Amino acid sequence: MRYLPHTDVDVQQMLDRIGVSEIDTLFSGIPEECRLKRPLDLNGAKSESETLIFLQELAEKNSPASSWDTFLGGGAYNHFIPAVIDHLISRSEFYTAYTPYQPEISQGTLQAIFEFQTLICQLTGMDVANASMYDGASACAEAVLLTVRAARKRKKVLLSQALPPQYRETVATYCRYLDIELADISLQDGVTNQADLQSLLDDQVAAVVVGYPNYFGQIEDLATIAELTHAAGARLVAAVPEPLALALFKSPGEAGADIVVGEGQSFGIPLSYGGPGIGFFAVRKKDMRVLPGRLVGETTDKDGKRGFVLTLATREQHIRREKATSNICSNQWMCILMVSIYLALHGKQGLRQLAEINYAKAAYAKEKIAQLDGFSVTFSGESFNEFVVTCPEPVAALKKRLEQQGLLAGISLGRDYSELEDGLLICVTEQNSRKQIDRLVHALAGGKG
Amino acid sequence: MMNTESRGLVLDENLLFEQSQPGRVGYSLTGLDVPSATPDSRLVREEITDFPELSEVDVVRHYTRLSTWNYGVDSGFYPLGSCTMKYNPKINEAVARLPGFAHIHPQTPEALNQGALELMYNLQQDLGEISGFPAITLQPAAGAQGEFAGMLMIRAWHEANGQKRHKVIIPDTAHGTNPASSALCGYDVITVASDGILSKEAVAAVMDDDVAALMVTNPNTLGLFEADIREICELVHQHGGLVYSDGANLNAMMGISRPSDIGIDVMHFNLHKTFSTPHGGGGPGSGPVGVVDKLIPFLPVPYVVREDNSYKLEYNCPQTIGRLKSFYGHFGILVRAYSYILSMGGEGLKRASELAVLNANYIRARLEGEYDLPNKQRSLHEVVFSEDALQNDCHTLDVAKRLIDYGYHPPTIYFPLVVHGALMIEPTETESKQTLDEFCDALLAIAEESKNNPELLKQAPVRAKVQRLDETAAARKPKLRWERV
Repeated sequence: MRYLPHTDVDVQQMLDRIGVSEIDTLFSGIPEECRLKRPLDLNGAKSESETLIFLQELAEKNSPASSWDTFLGGGAYNHFIPAVIDHLISRSEFYTAYTPYQPEISQGTLQAIFEFQTLICQLTGMDVANASMYDGASACAEAVLLTVRAARKRKKVLLSQALPPQYRETVATYCRYLDIELADISLQDGVTNQADLQSLLDDQVAAVVVGYPNYFGQIEDLATIAELTHAAGARLVAAVPEPLALALFKSPGEAGADIVVGEGQSFGIPLSYGGPGIGFFAVRKKDMRVLPGRLVGETTDKDGKRGFVLTLATREQHIRREKATSNICSNQWMCILMVSIYLALHGKQGLRQLAEINYAKAAYAKEKIAQLDGFSVTFSGESFNEFVVTCPEPVAALKKRLEQQGLLAGISLGRDYSELEDGLLICVTEQNSRKQIDRLVHALAGGKG
Repeated sequence: MMNTESRGLVLDENLLFEQSQPGRVGYSLTGLDVPSATPDSRLVREEITDFPELSEVDVVRHYTRLSTWNYGVDSGFYPLGSCTMKYNPKINEAVARLPGFAHIHPQTPEALNQGALELMYNLQQDLGEISGFPAITLQPAAGAQGEFAGMLMIRAWHEANGQKRHKVIIPDTAHGTNPASSALCGYDVITVASDGILSKEAVAAVMDDDVAALMVTNPNTLGLFEADIREICELVHQHGGLVYSDGANLNAMMGISRPSDIGIDVMHFNLHKTFSTPHGGGGPGSGPVGVVDKLIPFLPVPYVVREDNSYKLEYNCPQTIGRLKSFYGHFGILVRAYSYILSMGGEGLKRASELAVLNANYIRARLEGEYDLPNKQRSLHEVVFSEDALQNDCHTLDVAKRLIDYGYHPPTIYFPLVVHGALMIEPTETESKQTLDEFCDALLAIAEESKNNPELLKQAPVRAKVQRLDETAAARKPKLRWERV
């Protein structure tokens, strides 16, 4: 086997040195009754070319975004990925390293995290960002835990119904056996209902969580929500499933959010059937010491030379064990590298322009669909690259009809929102040409081909 | 041996933000083919202050240089104990990038992604065979999230049986994630001393009907198989509890012993350890969980099932603990792990475990005597020395830093906590005898240096990009981002 370098001579010499006659003796610490007495019932080893062919055949049974006209979003976005990213992340000094426990030989990993933390702070308008969580949904759940921990006596958390369903479900899983009460804030015209929010807020509420943009692509009035939330002494968590919006719309930090979490997949990470991505996590200075996850800080060596280290580790599980701020023991470093390279390439001007292109494309699609007989754009406010349309025919049948024309038209909302049984969530990015959008509009209207 | 003449080109590199030049760009966007549109100006932000402006060349050179300051498995030997830093096969990287895997949207109708679901189903089956568990969830994003999922299922099962139990027993050799994951499920942690191997008596002393579960790592973090595990599982079961196994050290066990056969009820896998997926500088990992029959109703949703020769995501599980993250797990990592299993085959996996154990025992044989070995029992895939044989006030940290000067990534240090100044070495099976010999020669030379020239250890590393960094200052006055001065 090409990954196993041992020759028979090596094995014999090693056994001799150890002082045993066969490898099996090394396992004598395992009682007989704990041994597997038969070979594993798995296939035999495949050669490299057989492995490749086998997996290529599986891959070909799938439908990549590149071979369809796709309008799917809902928490995973089809954006163009510059070639530079895969080139750089393929350097194996990066991807074959582990957690930078030894800073002297991990300055590449550490500096990249420090830069990532800075980029996330700039984008979200916050003071401190960590080295990332698993994804947007789990980061959102950890944010909820932080707010309850920090608020001490307050045990209630209000979740906007417009928060992506997968985020709400993940929050519920994380809170399942903790003393935390979750309550929903209802919808009004596709955004968080402020009157309902106001009626739910009391001195037991630790946090209010809203999507920005929310699951329907709508831009919430964060500033007003922040005012209401702060007046009740609670923290506002803004959860950002599509962070490209932050290059165009006011940052959650500017609007008054206390915690900003979100999913970074939009920034150069392949869709990869929904994972891995990254959860970013940013807070105000006051919450720095209750943050979950890894943090990198700047320091110097004994010659006064700048260097970077993992820091404030006394929050973490390997030191605090059951009293840690989280059980997390990794970050999504390979993926934050993709995000950082993406943001560095696009920079101040490119990211804004890209966001404007996404906005304009979606606005065009929205307008065209609104003109179709029987279709309407469901919600009235501003949205970013995603929007909901109300359809005149059952959504499942409509999607099927469009599929046959090579179009993945969007996501049905009926499963998660009974009141939106006729709702289709359509996502348009810079990857959708005008021709594709026109084809979608034509097909929705009942046209063929 | 160390060649002190060669230092290579270790150059400095400013931060992205410090290199930024107004007006410089590193992108090319396709022009707008629809009318331009802008949102309500009251909602629009100002430009992002101090966001970088760089050319493509700037960015490529920046990250290329950063990579040269790193040390990975492809750079050399990386014997980080309990982390299983085995070789990351390149075919795995290639297949994960196939467009049919890399560019599929998670909301695509299931009928159009049958290949992805089939891959996940096959991987569930293979991990089931390796561990003996009848059901596997691939959803957890990492080992720690796998622990959380497993402990949630344990609690859900107890509650479904009308039981409110409050305690989880964890040996003192455990990873910190074990108590942290238990606490997330609302459990109180009872730590039990293990003296190398956990005894049935030690568990019996704290076992009662308020204990929801015992969490063990097997083999444990000293590299020892928990010899009494069968009796311990029986004891816990007699009291109505369940046994969780941390699968961090499964690399010693493939084809040799299966957790479910010996009484374990739940276990997580670390695909980035045992199944060769890259550690990626700290992630993404992947932490599938296997469970016995009675826990199947509580699995997180969704998981993949096969029906009439097609595959689908199952959501209809009334007793599920719920969802752990968006979508279906770290699919890109699952592809790599499956590619590894295909390449190794059943026999190859067993051979990998055998050679991993051979390698660790060879290192033990070569270093025992010069380095203090507190636990003398037969050890498996890793060996843990203490700092007690070191001379002249040299400590484990000094040995680790000196190893850097010899060109190696240091082992795990100061863990497990039960060993004084632990030096925890896990070579894995992908290292040759020559590599192990050179590494042992280096450690023996360092032991000599500690006697004759301890300053070499105290000053180390001298050949890395930076010398020892002031971690105290970093924590006292945290600077966690760049800001324009």
